[in-house]
Amino acid sequence: MSAGETAERFPDSAGHFGRFGGRFVPEALVAALDELDAAYRKAMTDEEFRAEFDALLRDYAGTPSLLYPAERFSAKVGARVLLKREDLNHTGAHKVRNVLGQALLTRRMGKRRVIAETGAGQHGVATATAAALFDLECVVYMGEVDTERQALNVARMRMLGATVIPVTTGSRTLKDAMNEAMRDWVANVDDTHYLIGTAAGPHPFPELVRDFVRGIGDEARRQCLDLTGALPDAVLACVGGGSNALGIFHAFVPDTDVRLYGFEAGGEGVDTDRHAASITGGTPGVLHGARTYVLQNADGQTIESHSISAGLDYPGVGPEHAWLHDSGRARYQPVTDAEAMAAFELLCRTEGIIPAIESAHALAGAVQIAPQLAAELGREPVLVVNLSGRGDKDVHTAGEYFGILDKEQ
Amino acid sequence: MSRIGVAFDKARADGRAVLVGCMPAGFPTVDGSIAAMTAMVEAGVDVIEVEIPYSDPVMDGPVIQKASDIALAGGVRTADTLRIIEAVAATGAPVVTMTYWNPIEQYGVDAFARDLAAAGGTGLITPDLIPEEAGEWLAASEAYGLDRTFLVSPSSTDARLRMTVEHCRGFVYATAIMGVTGARSQTSDAAPVLVSRVREATELPVGVGLGVGTGAQAATVAGYADGVIVGSALIRRLLDAPDLDAGLAALRTLSAELAEGVRNPAR
Ligand SMILES: Cc1ncc(COP(=O)(O)O)c(C=O)c1O
Repeated sequence: MSAGETAERFPDSAGHFGRFGGRFVPEALVAALDELDAAYRKAMTDEEFRAEFDALLRDYAGTPSLLYPAERFSAKVGARVLLKREDLNHTGAHKVRNVLGQALLTRRMGKRRVIAETGAGQHGVATATAAALFDLECVVYMGEVDTERQALNVARMRMLGATVIPVTTGSRTLKDAMNEAMRDWVANVDDTHYLIGTAAGPHPFPELVRDFVRGIGDEARRQCLDLTGALPDAVLACVGGGSNALGIFHAFVPDTDVRLYGFEAGGEGVDTDRHAASITGGTPGVLHGARTYVLQNADGQTIESHSISAGLDYPGVGPEHAWLHDSGRARYQPVTDAEAMAAFELLCRTEGIIPAIESAHALAGAVQIAPQLAAELGREPVLVVNLSGRGDKDVHTAGEYFGILDKEQ
Repeated sequence: MSRIGVAFDKARADGRAVLVGCMPAGFPTVDGSIAAMTAMVEAGVDVIEVEIPYSDPVMDGPVIQKASDIALAGGVRTADTLRIIEAVAATGAPVVTMTYWNPIEQYGVDAFARDLAAAGGTGLITPDLIPEEAGEWLAASEAYGLDRTFLVSPSSTDARLRMTVEHCRGFVYATAIMGVTGARSQTSDAAPVLVSRVREATELPVGVGLGVGTGAQAATVAGYADGVIVGSALIRRLLDAPDLDAGLAALRTLSAELAEGVRNPAR
C-alpha cells in the first residue's frame, strides 16, 4: 500500500473534499476543465508520461531536493529541524514541479499558449521557464503592487520570453491577477491552458497540482527514514494557496502520528484587518472556482489580504486544506510578518541560507511549536520543515525591513 | 407560468424579442440605480436584470467591473439590492437578479430566496453556478417559486447543454461569445448556432447576451433569439456622463434605440 492511500480517496470525482472544493465556474470553462481532467487522469496512469515527468524533475529541476539537518538553526529553535531544500530546485522554489507537470499536460492537450497568475513572481518565473523549455507562448498576470515589490522576478519572466501584464483592478495583488487570468481563459480557452500556480481553483486543479508536487513529501518521508530511522514528529509548511504544504503533507497524511502544521500569513496579526490567514481568520465561502475558507465580509465580498510575503498574500486557500482543517488532520496557525522576518534572519545567520519570506513563515512556525511539542513528547522533537523557496527575490523587501539598504537604493 | 415567461410569450405574440437591460445594484448609488432602472423601463426595456455587485466578477469585463467597484465603494449591501429590486418591481417590469454565487451563499440560500420572492424578484441568473453545484438553490427556488437561469456556452457539449436547460426555469441564457461581458463591434456567428442547439433541447425562451450595444445589433440578435440582453453598453452611458441627469438621459436614448431594435428583428 502506498503511503498516500487514505488521502487518495479525496477529492471525490466532482472534486469535493467534504463540503469544500467543487467547481464554481462559468459554464464556458466546464468543457476545458473536463478536457484537463481527462488528460490528467490518462497521464497519471501512462508510463510514458510518468517517465517524462520523472526525467524532467531529475535532470532539469534537480530533484530530489536535499533533506538537510540544520544543526545551528535547530539549536536555536530547540528541535531537530530537517529542512526540505526546495529552494535549491531550478527556479528557486517548489513551484517548478507543478509547472513541469502542467506544461507536459498542455503539450498533450495540443495547446500552444499558457497563462498564469503570480504573486511573488515565483510561479510566473516557473511558468515562463517551462514555457521556454516547451516552446509555448506565455502570458503572466501579476498585480501591479506585486510587480513593484518583486521587480526582479518581472525582469526574469521577460528574459524568459514571457509577457507580463500588470493587473490594475481591485487590490492589484494575487487575487486580482487570478481574476484576470480567468477572464483571459474564458476568452481563449480553445488554444490556452491556464497554468494555475497553487492547489486552489476549480476541480481538477487542486487535485492535479497536489499530485504534481507530492514528490516533496514522498522524498522527505523516505529521506527522514533514511536519516533518522523514524518518521518526524511534525511536518511544517507555509500556506498561501497551499501547494507546497500539500506537496509535503500528502505522503504523511496516513501516518497519523505525524503532526501536520500549516502556517498562514498573519500579517500584522489575525486580530487586525491586515493579514492573509484564510483558515484561522476567514469563513467558508466560494472564491475562484471552489468552496473553501475565504477572507470576506458578511455579504461575501472578498476582503483584501495583507502579508509582507507576496506569495502568501491571498484571501483564499486550496480546498483540501479547508478539509484537512475541518477534519482535524492538519493544524493551521498564523505567523505574523514580524515573526516570519525574525525567523528569516535567524536562518540567514545560523545556516547561511536566505529563505523566501514565504518559507520563513514555516521556519517561524518551528519556533512557535517547538517548546510545546518538546514538552508534550518529553524530548527534542524532530521537525521536517518545507523550505519552499529561496530568498533572492526578497532581498529588496527584507533589506528595507531590516533597514540595511544604502540610502540611494 | 413565471412573470418572465409571460413577458416572453407576449413579445413572441407581437413578433419581437424581449429586451433585457442589466444594471449593477447600487451603481452609481442606491437611489441612482433605482432611477436608472426606472428610466430604462420607461424607455422600453422589458425586463430588468439587477446585478449584485461582487468583488471578484470573473465573467465581467472592465465596464461592469468598474460599476461594481463604484457600487461596493459606496457601501451597497445585499439587503440594499433587495430594496432596489422591490422598488424596480413596483414599475411592473419583471426583475431578475444576476449574481455570483458567494454573496448568496453568505446571505443564506434559503433566506435569500425567501427575501427575493418577497421583494417581487422573479429569480436568479447565476454566472458561476453550474447545476451540479446548485443543490441548495434548486430546492430553495422550488420552495419559493423562483426562476433559475443557468448559462449555456458555445463550448457546452450537447449532453451538458441538455442537462443545463433541464435545470432552467423562466429562460435560458446563451453566452454569445467565448469571453467576458463588454460591448463589442460585432456579435458572434456562434450565437445563432448556440440558440438553435438550445431550441432542440427545450421549449424555454432563449436570451442572448454578451456584446450587444446598438439598436442594429439588438435587431440582429432579435432575429434568432427570444431575448436580447444588454449590460455594458447601458452602464457605460452612466459611467461616461458628467452627472446622473445626463447619464439618465443617455440611458433613455440607448434604451429606446435598443427597444426599437428588438421590435425590428432581422430575418
Ligand atoms: C517560495 C514560495 N513558497 C510558498 C508560496 C506559497 O504558495 P503555496 O501555498 O501554493 O505553496 C510561494 C508563492 O509564490 C512561494 O513563492
